[in-house]
This record gives sequence, structure tokens and C-alpha cells, in this order.
Amino acid sequence: MKPASRAGAWLAIALGSLYFLLPLIATFEFSLRMRRESYSLEAYRVVLTDPGFQSAFGYSILMALLTVITSIVLVVPTACWIELRLPRMRPVIEFITLLPLVIPAIIIVFGYLRLYNSSSWLPLTGNERATDLLLICSYVTLSLPYMYRSVHSGLRAIDVRTLTEASESLGAGWFTTLAHVIAPALKSAILSGSFLTFAVVIGEFTMASLLNRPAFGPYLQLIGANRAYEPSALAVIAFLVTWASMGLIQVVSRNAAGAGAKRRLPGA
Amino acid sequence: MAFLDIAHVGKTFGAASVVNDVNLAIEKGEFVTLLGPSGCGKTTLLRMIAGFESASSGSIHIDGHDVTLQRARQRRVGMVFQSYALFPTMTVADNIAYGLKIAREPKSAIAERVEQMMKLIRLSQHAQHYPWQLSGGQQQRVALARALASSPRLLLLDEPLSALDAKIRVALRDEIRALQRKLGITTLFVTHDQEEALSLSDRVVVMNEGRIEQVGTPFEIYNFPRTRFVASFVGTLNILNSRVLDEASGLVEVDGQTVTVARLRRSGHGERTLALRPEAVVLESPLAGRNSLMATIEEVNFLGSVVRLRARLQETVLSFDIFNDPGQTLPQRGSRVALGFSHDNLLELEAS
Ligand SMILES: Nc1ncnc2c1ncn2[C@@H]1O[C@H](COP(=O)(O)OP(=O)(O)O)[C@@H](O)[C@H]1O
Ligand SMILES: [Mg+2]
Repeated sequence: MKPASRAGAWLAIALGSLYFLLPLIATFEFSLRMRRESYSLEAYRVVLTDPGFQSAFGYSILMALLTVITSIVLVVPTACWIELRLPRMRPVIEFITLLPLVIPAIIIVFGYLRLYNSSSWLPLTGNERATDLLLICSYVTLSLPYMYRSVHSGLRAIDVRTLTEASESLGAGWFTTLAHVIAPALKSAILSGSFLTFAVVIGEFTMASLLNRPAFGPYLQLIGANRAYEPSALAVIAFLVTWASMGLIQVVSRNAAGAGAKRRLPGA
Repeated sequence: MAFLDIAHVGKTFGAASVVNDVNLAIEKGEFVTLLGPSGCGKTTLLRMIAGFESASSGSIHIDGHDVTLQRARQRRVGMVFQSYALFPTMTVADNIAYGLKIAREPKSAIAERVEQMMKLIRLSQHAQHYPWQLSGGQQQRVALARALASSPRLLLLDEPLSALDAKIRVALRDEIRALQRKLGITTLFVTHDQEEALSLSDRVVVMNEGRIEQVGTPFEIYNFPRTRFVASFVGTLNILNSRVLDEASGLVEVDGQTVTVARLRRSGHGERTLALRPEAVVLESPLAGRNSLMATIEEVNFLGSVVRLRARLQETVLSFDIFNDPGQTLPQRGSRVALGFSHDNLLELEAS
């Protein structure tokens, strides 16, 4: 590469980094200034000891975990089934799973409210547990593109059809095959999908707010409207959670790639 | 009824008829090969026997039981795939143990059987390795052990050697056969490689376009092909189009020259298709009691111990081999030669 174009590339990277990092650094810097005299972690202490934060964050983590589990149970068998028995349905399913990226969350949640309000045939907004269920369902929908994509590309990487047939000819039923052959082979794909889902759900605002559930997103918004330094601290925490999820995806997929790339044993 | 009995089995995919009225009886302990060109329906037939595909018509019996409507997992039929299909997250030992665990064998019995199978395929030292750590040949041996571990009634192999390189292919081929003899398991082996089929099998089933063309021992299939397809697919038989001149003496005409056929299968005049094995033809001047054809040498291929020659009559082209002899000069391209062979080397094929 010519020196001039290399310099151009570095300039682009530097500008891009500034564009992303500057607001983050500024937010972080601001979050340290709660005490007038010096930098401190006072804002973080206040936030982390606030019972409101603890319950909101705990609630969101719980919702995220339940979403991840539901999503795995729903997506893995579906994707396998499509791959094995209904390959012609693949484009349809792909289209459906991409819809949540195109349709704004607010439209989805209004749809839910119309369908499941207290005067509908299946009232889910009446009590809190039922609304939690509705929230999880909406989160599953929201995370469908991420989970389905991950699992689907995982399935493509292994020969599911032949593995399933090999397992069947050894006497295994459909569930045994799924649990002992396919799911383990999809482990890293499922984990990637899970961390993405977790990252998406943990800070989600629209659905939780409109369904009036005490999640981290609405809490963030509430604090943001009423306090000065704490919102910055919360923003940094939210970023850290997302980054941790992304980092774990990297670790997981690197391990999976490493297993395949490791050299054959001598004499093998 | 034979151990594996396939009666009038057919398979259609939509409008396409892929397997047509196949009848086949295989005895216990036999090693039978399905041989045919790619796309002739071998895999489909095998998959119907395994239970991965349902038969559109006909019935399949294994050991006296009708399995036509049974699921694959109920059939106790071992299957080996071209792509090995080992479970990627399981070790060699766990792969082999899989079927036994599903059958809920006691732990100690499983361990013992796995040990025994790994000894049979000579991979005991690789017990704790994963499939990706093994070579193709080793993986296929594990797949074989996995299929055999739970003592299936029948072993099916779909082109198990096609993904391997030539040297390993021959070695593993012999190993499969030795293992099959040792265990006495009834085996159906699919291949498109005629050498593989002829060298391995008790009997060969030649298939073409979803039909069985001929069933016989390798000796019969190679020496006495019944149809033009079998003759041209198995070995390098020469095909001669002839016209009967005198039925009683077996005199026929080929490209304007006359030869005698020892035995004509059918009576009547008209066109007949004849086959002539390359190794039956020699360069010799016409002799009484033998056939002789004048031809022009078109191609001389020096292959080492043998020299492969190709000669043309008019329409008909004949290939034949002569042994290399340093004391002899080879015929030149374009030279006229006399080709000799005996009357019973001309084989009449069934009308196609
Ligand atoms: N599931 C299927 N749907 C439609 N056609 C099929 C299917 N499986 C196989 N075929 C067709 O059946 C024919 C025979 O295939 P196959 O049994 O795989 O042949 P072989 O194993 O002898 O190469 C091919 O023309 C193939 O395209
Ligand atoms: Mg095939």
C-alpha cells in the first residue's frame, strides 16, 4: 500500500474512533465529577446503592435470562426442523425473523396491547406476572433476528441432515438427537445468540416502559430526567454490560474456531 | 424368504420415478454391492432400506419381519456415510458408545464393547480424541465401528470410500471386507466404482436408471454381461453391432466382414449386439476355426507391462491389450492388422 493511502486509512480510523469514543470519554469524565473538589466514584456509589437501581437491574437481568432460555427453546428446534423437513420454508422463516429489525418496537408493543388488553379474549395486561410473560414474549420477538441468525449459521456449518440420520440409525429419537448431537454441536452458535440477546434486552426501553414494567431501561430514563451525574454513571454501566456480552461472544467463537483449526495430532 | 428381501420396491419424487420395481434377495452373511453410475438410484434404494426414505411401492423384509413402514431407529440397521458423519462433539469412544447408550446397555458392557470395537479398527490409542483430530481413513473406521457396535442386523455403506485418496481407499476396502467376514454381518455396499464392486463382493447388483440390470457374482458380471449397459459399464468391453446371416452356423456380419458366434441366444434374423472382451483379442493372421477381423490401428498406448491398442473396422472400434515384449515391434498407427479371437469369445447381449 502506498504511504499516502495508508495515512488516509489511519486518519479515517482516528476520526471514527473520536466520533465513537469522545462522547463515551466525556460521559465517563462527567460521571466522575460528582464531588466538586476531585474526581471520584461517588456517582457510581450512589447509583449502585440505590435500591431502585438494584431492583430494576435485577429485574432486567431476570427478564434477559428468561428471554434467552425461551428463545433457545423456541429457535433451536425450529431452525433444525426447517433445515431438515421444510427447506422450502427457509426464505419465509428468514423473512419473519428479520421483521423485528424493520418494524419499530413501538408498533409491536401497540399490537400486543390491542391483542392482549384486559378486555380481549386473552387478557395478559391485568396482572403483573402475566404482563412479565408478555414482556418476555416481546423480547423473544425482538431478539429473534440475532438468535435465529446465529443458530442458522451454526447449522449451516455442520451437516445436520446426515448427523441426524446417523443418530436415528443408531436408535435415537428426535429429542435425543437434538439434545445429544445437534445442540452440543451448536453450542458456540447458541452462546453467541444468547449474549447478543442478553445485550439487546438488558437496556431495552420501549417495551418495558409501555407495558409499565420496572426494568432497567425505564429506570435509566427516570434518573436521566431528574439527576445530574448519576445518569452518566448508569450509561457507562450499561455500556460495560454490553461490552462484556460482546467480549464473551468473541471468546466463545474464538474457542470454537480454535478447536477446528488446531493441528492434527502427529500420526493422525 | 431371504434374510433381506426387497420385493417390487419403487420410489417416485413428484413425477420422477427414481427406483423402479426392484426385486432383490440377500442371504444372511452375504456381501452384496449395488453398482451403477451416479444418479441411478443406488442411494435412494439404500435409504429406503435404512428407513430414511419411505418406499412408494413394494415391501422390504429383514429377517422375516416386514420393516416397510418402520422408522429408521426401529430397524436395527447400521449405516456408514460417505461423509463419515461422526458426532463432532464426542470423542472416538463416545461416538462408538452412542448406540449402546441409547439401547440402555449396562455401563460395563458398553465399556467392554467399545474397547473391543476400537481394537478391531486398531484405534485404541485414539479413544479420547475428537473426530477433527483424525485423518479421513481413521474417521471412516470409527464410523464403521460405531455402526457395528450395537450389532445391527444389516450393514449399509453408501460410497464409504469415495472421499478418501486412492491408497487409503484400497487399504480400507480390504479392511471392511475382512471385518465383514469376521463378524459375518449381512452387508449392502453402494459404489459407482466397478473395480471396488468386483473385488469386494459375493454378488454384484448392477443398476441403471432405477432398475436392476443384472445380479451375479463378480465373475459372472464381468465375463457374461447380459445387457449392453452392463457390458459397457463393467470393464471395457467392446460392443459390436451385427446382423445375422445364417442362424444355424451362427454366422453374422460386422461392418461388412463375417464372424461366427458360438451360441446365439435368440432365434431369428436381424440386428444383434455382441460383446468382446479386450483380453480375448490377439494380433494373428487368419486361422481356421477362429474368427478374424481386418482393422486399422488408430491408437497405441504404452502402459508398461501391457500395450493398449485401438483399432477401427468401419463404424466399430475395438480396444485390446497385448503384453509388452522388447523383442517385438509394436504395430504403427494407420497400419492394417488382422485381429483373432475364438468363436465363444463373442457374447450376445440382450436387446436393449
Ligand atoms: N429427495 C429427492 N427429491 C427429488 N429427487 C431426488 C431426491 N433424492 C434423489 N433424487 C433424484 O433421484 C435420482 C437418484 O438419486 P440417487 O439415489 O442419489 O442416485 P445415486 O446414489 O445412484 O447417485 C437423482 O436423479 C436425484 O436427483
Ligand atoms: Mg449416491
